[in-house]
Amino acid sequence: MIPPMLAANPRLDRWVGFQPDGRVRIAFGRMEYGQGILTALAQIAADELDAPFARLQVVPAATGAVPDEGLTVGSMSIEVSGPAIRAACAEVRAIFTAAAAARLGCAAEELEVRDGAFLRAGQATGLDYWSLAGEVDLDRAASGEAPLKSAERMRVVGESQPRLDLPPKLFGAAFLHDLVLPGMRHARVLRQPGAGARLAGLDEAAIRRAAPDVDILVDHAFVALICETEADAARAHAAAEASARWEGLDALDPALGEAAALKTLPHEDFEAGAPRPGPSNRRRLTATYGKPYLSHGSLGPSAGIAQLKDGKLTIWTHNQGVYPMRALAARITGLAPEAIEVIHGQGPGCYGHNGADDPPIDAALIAMRRPGRPIRVQWRREDEFGHAPVGTAMLMELTAELDASGRLVDYTAEIWNTPHTGARGTAVAESALKGYVPPPPAPPRLMPDGSRFSGGLLNAIPSYDIAATRTLEHVVVPPPVRTSSLRSLGGAPNTFASESFMDELAAAAGQDPLAYRLAMLAEPRGRAVLTRLAEMCGWTRRWAAGTGRGLGLAYDRHRGRGAMVACAAEVEVDADVSLARLWCACDGGLIVNPDGAKNQLEGGMVMAASWTLKEQVKLGGPGIASTTWDDYPILRFSEVPPIEIELLNTRGGRPCGLGEVSQGPVMAAISNAVAHALDARLRQLPFTRERIAAALLA
Amino acid sequence: MRQAIDFILNGRAATVEADPSASLLDLLRGPLGLSGARFGCGVGQCGACAVLVDGAPVAACQTELGLLEGKTVLTVEGLGTPEAPHPLQAAFLDLQAGQCGYCLSGILVGAKALLDRNPDPTRAEIAAALDWHLCRCGVHNRVMDAVALAARRMREGAAA
Repeated sequence: MIPPMLAANPRLDRWVGFQPDGRVRIAFGRMEYGQGILTALAQIAADELDAPFARLQVVPAATGAVPDEGLTVGSMSIEVSGPAIRAACAEVRAIFTAAAAARLGCAAEELEVRDGAFLRAGQATGLDYWSLAGEVDLDRAASGEAPLKSAERMRVVGESQPRLDLPPKLFGAAFLHDLVLPGMRHARVLRQPGAGARLAGLDEAAIRRAAPDVDILVDHAFVALICETEADAARAHAAAEASARWEGLDALDPALGEAAALKTLPHEDFEAGAPRPGPSNRRRLTATYGKPYLSHGSLGPSAGIAQLKDGKLTIWTHNQGVYPMRALAARITGLAPEAIEVIHGQGPGCYGHNGADDPPIDAALIAMRRPGRPIRVQWRREDEFGHAPVGTAMLMELTAELDASGRLVDYTAEIWNTPHTGARGTAVAESALKGYVPPPPAPPRLMPDGSRFSGGLLNAIPSYDIAATRTLEHVVVPPPVRTSSLRSLGGAPNTFASESFMDELAAAAGQDPLAYRLAMLAEPRGRAVLTRLAEMCGWTRRWAAGTGRGLGLAYDRHRGRGAMVACAAEVEVDADVSLARLWCACDGGLIVNPDGAKNQLEGGMVMAASWTLKEQVKLGGPGIASTTWDDYPILRFSEVPPIEIELLNTRGGRPCGLGEVSQGPVMAAISNAVAHALDARLRQLPFTRERIAAALLA
Repeated sequence: MRQAIDFILNGRAATVEADPSASLLDLLRGPLGLSGARFGCGVGQCGACAVLVDGAPVAACQTELGLLEGKTVLTVEGLGTPEAPHPLQAAFLDLQAGQCGYCLSGILVGAKALLDRNPDPTRAEIAAALDWHLCRCGVHNRVMDAVALAARRMREGAAA
């Protein structure tokens, strides 16, 4: 069967070409932002073409230049794009092999490809991809029928490959933020403090005193300060911010920033799974876990550039997809998509839908009103924290029924959250424009089996053999602040909750947490992961609870079908939690780039450890109140422990995305280690010293 | 209120005509076209714009040009080039110590300042020296390993 992403972009020459300079042109619609995806996809391509990896040249992403693969989200690139590029390259190899056979007057089966050249009985034929490129037309639709290489014959896939995107980042010039276009002007937007705020006054004279050459653009509540230099734009912006008067501001109650407040807001309800159980004499346990709103916390505030020239709008962005950006810009500017070109550049890690979509739209709105020169918009740190979408708070009320042996036989996850992808396809600037009406709620997204997709339900059911399970989801609409996708959506928070709860159930059953889990886990690969993790962390040395030092573990199979991951944590708890060691064992199926895989797993662990111990977006005033790194601390060098990671079964099974699979298990492992250290359970994130003290007094 | 300011930038004498209260980061990224020091927060909290002034790490966003008269400034561009990388840059590449890379310019110069005063730092000393620098992708361990690797190679090179 043809992979869906290849069916959506069937023309082979959109993916692959052979250039006169002896390179292979390879195009992906996936965006690189440091996760190493272009390198991994290029490895797959090189292997399937039997072409030298060093001769591959990845086309810079831009509309028209690369296939339309939508958004680069959900850690789905290896799972969704991998099969597409693999099938495309296999077909290209088959087409060229047939052409070589025709030229040589032999059967295609007599030929093999090595380093891009065609061999017959191991001997050179003088033909290679490049010498045949003139007579093979790849402007044709893929059939998806070409035979694929078997995993045993792969040479490039499975070997660690240095990342293609990394070298420029060590020498000072790599990012979209560094791009200087001829004639480019710099702008800052006076951010509307809330979606309903009306501009009641602006002291333009004061702004001109701060930056005499400023071009002040006022359109309804959209105000931009445009200057020749960024420093002047910053000065003009500061003066505008100091003098602007807004009306119609709504103040948010800071209490809405707590997960518990989700229950007090209007919500829609969805139920799925087994019928609710009737009365029984089973043992019933309930616990409520929570996580706050979280910021993506990208290290670089987002930037974007736009230029309107001769009726054509060009946008430079570091967002998650050039085609979705084109659609967004078309909707907001009213231009036809064909009149918009979007060019991608490297940006700081986004970890989901951060502010990256916004400055290019700010710039596009300005460019539409100031045609000619390119307009660059650089968000400030306060903008990125205060106006980018945030990951939603969640409340997870879990109920378990244990049979007489203590085994978990019935499980309910009742979840409160706001939409995990709610702000997708919107920009914060829209509400400042005349005639703005909030977009209608997006229609429900459906899973391939027709069931409703909700980010809040990812990993809601723990990855064990449980006789009856159900979910009750409450989706708060509208959310108190803009919320959108953050790495793993509800996946990591749900695993944090369920795998912490699993330790509570093991304790209630009087069993060791590892043995309790293994007794409910028939999947041999999962058992292998959990067993290996126990060896790595020295589970058998685990000591009595309540000593101030704790060891905890957790397991999850991401989304019930992805990578199987087990993590362990060793912690010391005094006034605060400090991490002594972290471990991870992972079976992610066939691993394309082992070093890249480990980098992703470890990065996910560090970010999730930071969520667990430190992070909370505070609400207040017109919206988000935590707008500096002082208000929003993250884990620092001195707080990151040594981390050990092992990949298991790396040549077996379907390859899985690894960008979102280690967070949940490491959060729960830390949670369980803290409970072991204190002999008391913390259920609300982050684990602050106030909560530690409260748990000890409870 | 522009005035001439003389300093040494990446080993070469530089004179700029500028407002002495303007920030070094604006000068570097603007007129000088040196994009290695990155805008991260604008208030010295994240280390993305770190450069060395007379060998000590400072936040370029918080450094006024008037204070630079007669001083030496080192940015990541002065550390090494792709053709002739500094041992730190080579070690970071060898260990793939980076993901998005936005923090790396500041970390590289911060690590250089550390190795200049302590050629054999422990993991804890490396962590302490880099603690100001935020990294969101979670490559802290690789970074610390790379700094230790560069330190070892530099010591061995110095001994050879």
